[in-house]
Amino acid sequence: MLALLKKSPISARVGLIIILLNVTTMILAPVIAPYSETEAIGDVWAPISGDHLLGTDQLGRDLFTRIVYGARNTITIALLITLLSFTVGSVCGFLAATLGGWVDQLISRIVDVIMAFPTLIFALMVLSVVGTSIPVLIVVIAILDSTRVYRLSRAVAMDIEVLDFVEVARLRGEGLWWIMRHEILPNAMPPLIAEFGLRFCFVFLFISALSFLGLGIQPPTADWGSMVRENSGAISFGILTPLWPAGAIAFLTIGINLVVDWFLHRSSQIRSQ
Amino acid sequence: MEPLLKISQLNIEGREGDHWQPIVNNIDLTLQRGEILGLIGESGAGKSTLGLAAMGYTRKGCRIASGSIVFEGLDLTKASEKELRKLRGSRIACVAQSAAASFNPAHKLIDQFCEGPVQHGLLSYEEAVRKAIDLYRRLDLPDPDTIGHRYPHQVSGGQLQRAMVAMAMATDPDIIIFDEPTTALDVTTQIEVLVAIKGVIQQLNTAAIYITHDLAVVAQLADRIMVLRYGNLVEEGEAREMLDNPQEEYTRQLLSVRNLREDKEQAAQDRDVVLNVKNVSASYIKGVNVVEDINLKIRRRKTVAVVGESGSGKTTVARVITGLLPPHQGKIVFDGKELPPDLQARNRESLQRLQMIYQMPDVALNPRQKIRKIIGRPLAFYFGIKGRKALERIKELLRMVELPANYIDRYPSELSSGEKQRVCIARALAANPDLVICDEVTSALDQLVAEGILELLQNLQNDLGVSYLFITHDLATVKAIADEIVVMLRGRIVEQGVKREILKPPHHEYTELLLSSVPEMDPDWLDNLLEERGAA
Repeated sequence: MLALLKKSPISARVGLIIILLNVTTMILAPVIAPYSETEAIGDVWAPISGDHLLGTDQLGRDLFTRIVYGARNTITIALLITLLSFTVGSVCGFLAATLGGWVDQLISRIVDVIMAFPTLIFALMVLSVVGTSIPVLIVVIAILDSTRVYRLSRAVAMDIEVLDFVEVARLRGEGLWWIMRHEILPNAMPPLIAEFGLRFCFVFLFISALSFLGLGIQPPTADWGSMVRENSGAISFGILTPLWPAGAIAFLTIGINLVVDWFLHRSSQIRSQ
Repeated sequence: MEPLLKISQLNIEGREGDHWQPIVNNIDLTLQRGEILGLIGESGAGKSTLGLAAMGYTRKGCRIASGSIVFEGLDLTKASEKELRKLRGSRIACVAQSAAASFNPAHKLIDQFCEGPVQHGLLSYEEAVRKAIDLYRRLDLPDPDTIGHRYPHQVSGGQLQRAMVAMAMATDPDIIIFDEPTTALDVTTQIEVLVAIKGVIQQLNTAAIYITHDLAVVAQLADRIMVLRYGNLVEEGEAREMLDNPQEEYTRQLLSVRNLREDKEQAAQDRDVVLNVKNVSASYIKGVNVVEDINLKIRRRKTVAVVGESGSGKTTVARVITGLLPPHQGKIVFDGKELPPDLQARNRESLQRLQMIYQMPDVALNPRQKIRKIIGRPLAFYFGIKGRKALERIKELLRMVELPANYIDRYPSELSSGEKQRVCIARALAANPDLVICDEVTSALDQLVAEGILELLQNLQNDLGVSYLFITHDLATVKAIADEIVVMLRGRIVEQGVKREILKPPHHEYTELLLSSVPEMDPDWLDNLLEERGAA
């Protein structure tokens, strides 16, 4: 692992540092944050000062504190959602590709139905019926997101499934799980990893959209997406407040994608040597 | 006379990580007007790189380190990109190995033909069309007037290859570089293309560089031959002279591989039958039989070769035997017991005793698994051998296929094609099979590497007593390894029997066609054959 890091390019190291920084912030949030997450302690949209490193938000809460806590909420939830959606999506996609026939038809048509609705409206519908809570939020967004992962992994797996080494495994008598886990998954990794980096970032935005409509993460809990939304009005007064949480999202996104790029590069090298 | 093309002291290097690795070393080459030069060698010999360099072109990641390439007084290594662009495709043209991959599938043949001459401002579109039709006629394409209006997928492989030759000739180039134009074709198709190339080159007095790994093919066309190995020149000389009297050991090896090797004749008894295929018919779409009424027996320690062109149903037979394609009629008896037609219904033991080796070792090995896992998995799966015992067995298997033990931690991409095929063989052997189905296992390999694989398979058969079902379109392979031959045509068996019987006349007319289409090392072979066929 260390040897691997030594060989990594500078861009990947920058990405790793960014991710590490975010993770540390997540873990140490209560230590780092100077104020409480939810308490209004100053003026509305106060400028940057010694007391308030990044100023205050639309309700007079310390913005720096909110961003630190926001890291904790946003990243954890977004990560859980993306992991879940990739697990569900790729398992279904691989199943459809390897089994084909009616299994493929059934899953694909269900996915078509889900995808036919605009994601936001579908999410609103489900959340207003089931009620909003963090676990429900995670499951609902993950399932909606998994349809896209499903499409990708099914397409990739279909290309791999026709290769001779999969046939060799079939002729050997290997079970479905082995073929999916050992023959298809390792070869499908590069596009899936790339998609992971992208999806992870979209999830932030989706949560914030839901939060704006009152069905996402409930205030006063801080999350980056909602912070952008809540403070977006400030821009018209020339106040920079919404740019900070937006910058935090961009910062993490870039970090993740730098690392993802490095993974992709490495794995395509193994292939094409 | 001043030569048309003169390459002197050429060095080409390829990038490998941080340093440059030589690919072509100090090669001198001259080409006179109207002369055909054969470049021959195994893959990795640098022959394609040298061929492309004749256009002043190197592949991405390669560079011309030193030397000069002079075409009609212009040094291509120093020429500007603009000057080069004017030459390429108009004065010097190229025919690639795979026409199917080189044509744009979305455009008609004739539009792709016209692109070059029109782009270079040599002909108007109408003139180019007339020229195309003329060349299609000279190259013996069917319906020369209308064939150009088809898309690449609407013509056969051999026709497409000829259409590409026509395209290369569109601008009346001085030099055409043929990069293995017939390697991907069946023997019977290969002849069509060879005849067409030979005829049209002679008519138009074009100079050509013909790159191939098959000496017999080059013998039919070339005036002069250069043998390359590892980027070095091994031998150069007049074609006839070199074939009669090769100077270098390596050239002699290349020449000798096609010689027939006699196999020990063993008494065949019916109780020795490992596999018995009875009256099998199978189809992919209901009602359309791909193979029909197939009967064949494979005996212990014997090799049965199934021969035929692509599309004759050879591979389908293999798929039926392995259970990938359940037949709708007939049965498969393995070692006295009838096998369920469907793979899913077969038990582990019968799967273990029937193994398969594929044509393309590149896709038959999972690129993400180390050799250790590739060979170790059948051991663990069938026999539950794990840990230290498995390690020893894997090493033993690697030794059997003549690979070093330290390959165990390599990925397939770190091996050459021949080595990969050996790993595939080791994987099949790991299962202790009674019968191994070899589907065109040597077709994707160079002549000498293929020879090594055949020899290995032969030795393994002698040592382990496995039987082979050998599927191939290459009759040289059949002559080398088979005990019995089955000839297939359009999904049916047209002739079958012991090797000597089949190879001895009289043949079924299709067998005759196949046998006579295998190029021989005789420079007059093609002309004589055409005369014979013309007379018949």
